[in-house]
Amino acid sequence: MFTIVEKKVLSPGVFQFKVLAKKIAEKRRPGQFIILRVYDEGERIPLTIVDSAPEKGTITLIFQQVGKTTTLLGGLNEGDDILDIVGPLGKPTHIKNFGNAVVIGGGIGIAPVYPIAKGLKKAGNRVISILGARNKDILILEDEMRLVSDDIQITTDDGSYGKKGFVTQALQELIDSELKVNMVLGVGPIPMMKALCEVTRPYNINTLVSLNPIMVDGTGMCGACRISFDGKIRFVCVDGPEFDGHRVDFDELIRRNRSYFREEKAAMESLTYHEGPRCYERFES
Amino acid sequence: MEPNEIKERLKIQRHPMLEQEPKERVKNFFEVPLGYTPEVAKEEALRCIQCKKPLCVSGCPVEIDIPAFVELIAEGDFIGAARKLKEKNALPAVCGRVCPQEDQCEKMCVVGKRGKPVAIGNLERFAADYERERGEIELPQILPDTGKKVAVVGAGPSGLTVAGDLVKKGHKVTIFEALHAPGGVLMYGIPEFRLPKAIVAAEVEFLRRLGVEIVCNAVIGKTDTVDELLKDGYDAVFLGTGAGLPYFMNIPGENLVGVYSANEYLTRINLMKAYRFPEFDTPVIKGRRIAVFGGGNTAMDSARTSIRLNPEKVFIIYRRSREELPARAEEVHHGEQEGLNFKFLTNPVRFIGNKEGRLEAVECIKMKLGEPDDSGRRRPIPIPDSEFKLHIDIAVVAIGNGPNPLIPATTEGLDVNKWGNIIVDNDTGGTSKRGVFSGGDIVRGGSTVILAMGDGRRAANAIHSYLLNGKK
Ligand SMILES: Cc1cc2nc3c(=O)[nH]c(=O)nc-3n(C[C@H](O)[C@H](O)[C@H](O)COP(=O)(O)OP(=O)(O)OC[C@H]3O[C@@H](n4cnc5c(N)ncnc54)[C@H](O)[C@@H]3O)c2cc1C
Ligand SMILES: Cc1cc2nc3c(=O)[nH]c(=O)nc-3n(C[C@H](O)[C@H](O)[C@H](O)COP(=O)(O)OP(=O)(O)OC[C@H]3O[C@@H](n4cnc5c(N)ncnc54)[C@H](O)[C@@H]3O)c2cc1C
Ligand code: FES
Repeated sequence: MFTIVEKKVLSPGVFQFKVLAKKIAEKRRPGQFIILRVYDEGERIPLTIVDSAPEKGTITLIFQQVGKTTTLLGGLNEGDDILDIVGPLGKPTHIKNFGNAVVIGGGIGIAPVYPIAKGLKKAGNRVISILGARNKDILILEDEMRLVSDDIQITTDDGSYGKKGFVTQALQELIDSELKVNMVLGVGPIPMMKALCEVTRPYNINTLVSLNPIMVDGTGMCGACRISFDGKIRFVCVDGPEFDGHRVDFDELIRRNRSYFREEKAAMESLTYHEGPRCYERFES
Repeated sequence: MEPNEIKERLKIQRHPMLEQEPKERVKNFFEVPLGYTPEVAKEEALRCIQCKKPLCVSGCPVEIDIPAFVELIAEGDFIGAARKLKEKNALPAVCGRVCPQEDQCEKMCVVGKRGKPVAIGNLERFAADYERERGEIELPQILPDTGKKVAVVGAGPSGLTVAGDLVKKGHKVTIFEALHAPGGVLMYGIPEFRLPKAIVAAEVEFLRRLGVEIVCNAVIGKTDTVDELLKDGYDAVFLGTGAGLPYFMNIPGENLVGVYSANEYLTRINLMKAYRFPEFDTPVIKGRRIAVFGGGNTAMDSARTSIRLNPEKVFIIYRRSREELPARAEEVHHGEQEGLNFKFLTNPVRFIGNKEGRLEAVECIKMKLGEPDDSGRRRPIPIPDSEFKLHIDIAVVAIGNGPNPLIPATTEGLDVNKWGNIIVDNDTGGTSKRGVFSGGDIVRGGSTVILAMGDGRRAANAIHSYLLNGKK
């Protein structure tokens, strides 16, 4: 069973779990993800494998409570089991020594960036990290990122920590500096990824993004996760999740991720008003 | 049988199975046909004239001894009939429901030459249900442990058959299934109202009782590769991974919100139970006006599923004419009763969306039939300037599936054809890789449950002799 052996609150509504999943812990490589289901009536949702400890048989997941499933997940505690976990899914990041690698994480996007930064560092890159958050309180994984970065910059929207502003400004400054940027990898809200691709496009800098479409099976069977890449259909769960950001139709992805906004709201309401007590009871027993 | 008795039997008319009324059933997901009572089943079984050379058997891909099981029903030995069926067919309750009998056994039935054929499918279903509902399922004899281990990849009909056959022969069998529930298309594709999921679950439970180990959430090619399975102590591997890669039409607007592949649409509703949202968490957009593109079983299932979600109108858009519809006649008939609107000789050109990227309409073009193509069917050709717009808010693309490339891409030395289907020896199901066998949709492309099961049986026999003699 997929037992939660450690639970930490990283910031309000953001949790870190260490979960027993022996096979996945052995197999996974940076850039890959799992799909989980919390309980029998539950939805299948994808989460990045942030780290693993093969000797302990655990994987690390970090998630933000944004809707029903992540809310229920956050209600689980150490010792509880997650009903289903499948993985590792997706293609691992293509990691090699690029030279100067700039990795950018926005908000919860820092979680998927961390394993890749770690991999890039191990492969001999000079890793320059840019972390962005709305404010100081919700910045996650700063210490971990420092450990795998040669240089780190932090931006907050309100200036409560690091530089005031957005990650794109920090990226622009890096490009304008002496440093030769050999590759950029960015994960965060879709508008952020779109914006940073626009920053690097004029310089033709190899820019990778990790995409987060809605998924169902995660094995290439349904096409829910499809995006337009150079105008052609790609399935993020099997062809990705990483893509050359200069060729991705981000606007379409934003629209597709809003497919169920009405239903998602209804699901949350059902949680608080009707099903809440039942669901939480189930988890506490 | 005496000529007189034959005459008497031929007088009996075929017994249709009672069904839920169309008006009622479009409001629920319960099964449409209601089954035979024991009395009706006996009467129907009496229609069989017990031919000396039963042609029906040659029409059955797994060669069920049809006259024998039908006669057992006529005699009232329903459990005996079920056991007779199971000698050849591990999943009779499934096949009695989803097999295209009209193209198989019932097509060959001698009684059917003059009147209507014996309702073999209905009888099969009756006997299997009777046994299951009475809980009198007999565990077959399991041969002594051979010490051999077999990995079955995919828990669809082909994999389930291989597992059942090999476990009975004394091998240790583990099924690896990518999804969280076993059953393959029976679970995620074919809707509840045609094949109740409790039946699939019961069949799977039966295999577990026989000693088959089922590991869900295991994507072979990711969680483990085929080569790793062979290295980790499995003596043979069966690949029954199906044809699960949805094709799209490659027309503009296909990524608008509201355009689904049939696989996604059906998986959300069947496997994830979106029709019971928000009791179940997975949603599906309901839509007022729905169009399904395609003319096969998958299209029919998608359309008949959508009409149960209470829309205004459901269209089936098919580029050829009614005569070429590949779906089973029964399904087309059921669909028409339920109010599907067929638009034949029509092909979509592009999808049109609103500002938020949600589907609003589809532009179609009228077609006519030209010369026969490679498939022998007349090729549909567009009629110039016949474009028209149809307002819809949900589109379901059901034009077929291809093989998922995951396993071939991660398995050394496994040969596939130009479409990506695994190449096998026709007699054994053996692939180009030693110890690896395959069957079902991953070999045939989209096919049928019974052919997948037939492949499973064939491969199980070959695996058995491979394990004992080391030869394919
Ligand atoms: C490859 C991949 C890796 C991801 N890694 C992480 C991670 O490490 N940490 C993290 O917090 N989040 C991650 N996500 C996003 C996470 O899957 C969603 O936040 C989660 O599914 C929301 O579910 P919900 O029921 O709580 O919210 P909902 O109310 O269902 O949805 C809230 C938002 O999440 C998106 N979403 C809904 N359902 C899905 C779905 N099945 N798949 C993907 N997105 C969905 C919707 O677009 C919506 O904007 C990742 C997504 C992908 C595709
Ligand atoms: C909507 C629909 C309706 C149909 N209606 C009928 C009908 O009425 N009558 C009929 O006879 N036929 C029908 N068919 C066809 C029939 O269902 C298929 O021919 C049959 O299911 C094929 O069986 P299979 O064992 O080859 O594979 P599948 O049933 O496709 O099962 C394959 C299984 O393998 C799993 N899998 C795939 N890749 C991996 C992997 N890498 N690792 C682990 N597991 C994996 C899948 O998740 C799946 O569970 C229908 C098909 C569809 C889609
Ligand atoms: S999630 Fe179903 S194909 Fe990617």
